Amino acid sequence: MAMLDIHDLAVTFGHGARAVHALRGVSFSVNEGESYGIVGESGSGKSTVLRAICGLTPMSGGTVTLDGKALATPRDPAFYRRVQMVFQDPYASLHPRHTIDRVLSEPLAIHGFDRRENRIEQALDEVGLGKGFRFRYPHQLSGGQRQRVAIARALILEPKVLLLDEPTSALDASIQAEVLNLLDRLRAERGLTYVLVSHDLAVVAHMCERLLVMQHGLAVEALTREALQASRATQDYTRNLMAASLGFTRAAIPA
Amino acid sequence: MSPLLDVRNLRISFPSRQGPVEVVRGVSFTLGRERLGIVGESGSGKSQTGRALLGLTPPSGRATADRLEFDGVDLRHATPKTWRSLRGARMSMVMQDPKFSLNPVMTIGKQLIEAVKLHGGKAEARDKSLAMLEAVQIRDPERVMAAYPHELSGGMGQRAMIAMMLVTEPDLLIADEPTSALDVTVQIEVLRILDNLVTQRGMGLIFISHDLHLVSTFCDRVLVMYAGQVVEEIDAADLQNARHPYTRGLLNCLPKIEGGVRPLPVLTRDAAWLKAGG
Repeated sequence: MAMLDIHDLAVTFGHGARAVHALRGVSFSVNEGESYGIVGESGSGKSTVLRAICGLTPMSGGTVTLDGKALATPRDPAFYRRVQMVFQDPYASLHPRHTIDRVLSEPLAIHGFDRRENRIEQALDEVGLGKGFRFRYPHQLSGGQRQRVAIARALILEPKVLLLDEPTSALDASIQAEVLNLLDRLRAERGLTYVLVSHDLAVVAHMCERLLVMQHGLAVEALTREALQASRATQDYTRNLMAASLGFTRAAIPA
Repeated sequence: MSPLLDVRNLRISFPSRQGPVEVVRGVSFTLGRERLGIVGESGSGKSQTGRALLGLTPPSGRATADRLEFDGVDLRHATPKTWRSLRGARMSMVMQDPKFSLNPVMTIGKQLIEAVKLHGGKAEARDKSLAMLEAVQIRDPERVMAAYPHELSGGMGQRAMIAMMLVTEPDLLIADEPTSALDVTVQIEVLRILDNLVTQRGMGLIFISHDLHLVSTFCDRVLVMYAGQVVEEIDAADLQNARHPYTRGLLNCLPKIEGGVRPLPVLTRDAAWLKAGG
C-alpha cells in the first residue's frame, strides 16, 4: 500500500514572465517501509519536492496523499507527528544558542507529549550519542554528531515517514558511513518510510530500493536499485549521471 | 632535472589557549610537471599545506620548513616583492567556491584583464582574456566578459576562475577542491579542461580534495593526509592496493552503486596513526 502518493506536483515561484517553474508535474508513490531515492543535480527540484510535501514551500498544483488521505494546506499538527524532515546542513539547521536538550524538548512541548525526560534520553541513546550530550550547544559537537541530533529531533515525535534532504553531503566519507548505517538501522527497527534526496547516486543505490532521477523540475526516469546496478537506465541523462559518478575518465576527452 | 617544487618537513601551527596546535606536522614531498593529489578529511591539514606553498598561511599561524623551494627560489624567506613576482605569474591557486573567490562588484572581463595587465601584456590583454575563456570551453566569451559573478552559474563561475588563474600561464597550479561545489557532470567537464591545460602547457598541478575516488581517477600520484601528516604516498593507479589502514578504511566506507556490504564498514581510528612520523 502506498504510504505517500505524489500526483502531478507543481511548484512555481514568482508570477507572469518571471515565473520559475521549479517542479512541473512530478508523480511518484512510496510504499510503507520503503526507502525511496530522488537523484538530480542542483536546480533539478529534488529538494523542492520534499519541501512541498511537508508544507515549507507552497504547492501550485497536484496532490500529496499520505496514507490514503489528501493533505490539507496548511498541514495540521497531526501531519508533523507522522512526517518529519532532516535537513542537509547540520551547521545551519540547529539553533546555535539552544542546547541539545532544548532542541529536542521543543517538538515534544508543541505536540504535548508526556514523559519528556525519558523520551529525550532515549532519543539520544538511539542515535548513539548518550546522555552526556544533552546539555551541550551545537558548536560543541562535530558535524556527524550534529546530524545525529537532527535525526534524533526528527525521530522524537515517533513519525512514520522521514524526509531526508542530502543528510550526509556535508559530512566526511567516514562519518557519512556512520550516519547511513544509523539511518539503515533505525528504518529496520521502527519500520520507517524514507524519502531520501541526494546528488550522490552511490548513496541512493546503497540506501534505497527504488529511485527517481530528476532534471529541470521533471522526473526523467524511475528505476529500481537492481536496474541501476545492472546499468539498465533508458535515458541519456541517467547514463550521463552514472558515468560521471564513476570518476574522471581521460579516454573520453573530446578532441 | 630538479623538481618544480621541493617541500621538506613543513610544519604549520596556530596559537590556542592550550598553547600552539600543529595542524601540519612534517609534510615532505616533491612535485614535477605532474598531477599530484592531496586527499584527506576535513581538518587533516590538506588546505593549509596548499596555502603555505603560496605563503597564504593566516597571520596568526606559523609555517616552518627545512626546505621550501619553488624552481630554485627559497620561499621560506621570500620578501613581499618576491611573492608578488611569483603569485599569479608563476604559481596560482583555484579555490573551492567561485561565489566567494570572485569579486562580486567587478565584471568577469575586468577581473581577467586586470590579471593579465598586472603580469605584463597590456596591449593584447582583452584578446588574451577572450582566448582564455574560450580555452575553458565558455561558448559565449563576450557575454561572460560583461557579466558579473552573480549572473553566472557555479560551473561557469568556476571556469572563469580557472581562466583567470591560467591566463598568466603559471608553472604551478594549486587547486583546492576546485569542483566540490559543482554538480557531478559539470565537475567532470571542469576537470577535463584542467587536465587538457596541464598536459598542453606542462604545468605542475596540486589537486586538493576530500574525494579519494575522484583524485585516484584524475591524478598521477596521491598523498593521503591524516591529522597533519602524510600517512601514505601512492601511485593513483595503485590506490586499490593501498597499505595504510586509514587509506583502506576511507576506500571501504564509501557506498558503491554496484552494491556492497551492509552495514557499511566504519573507519576505526587508531591512536598509533597520530604518532607514526611521515
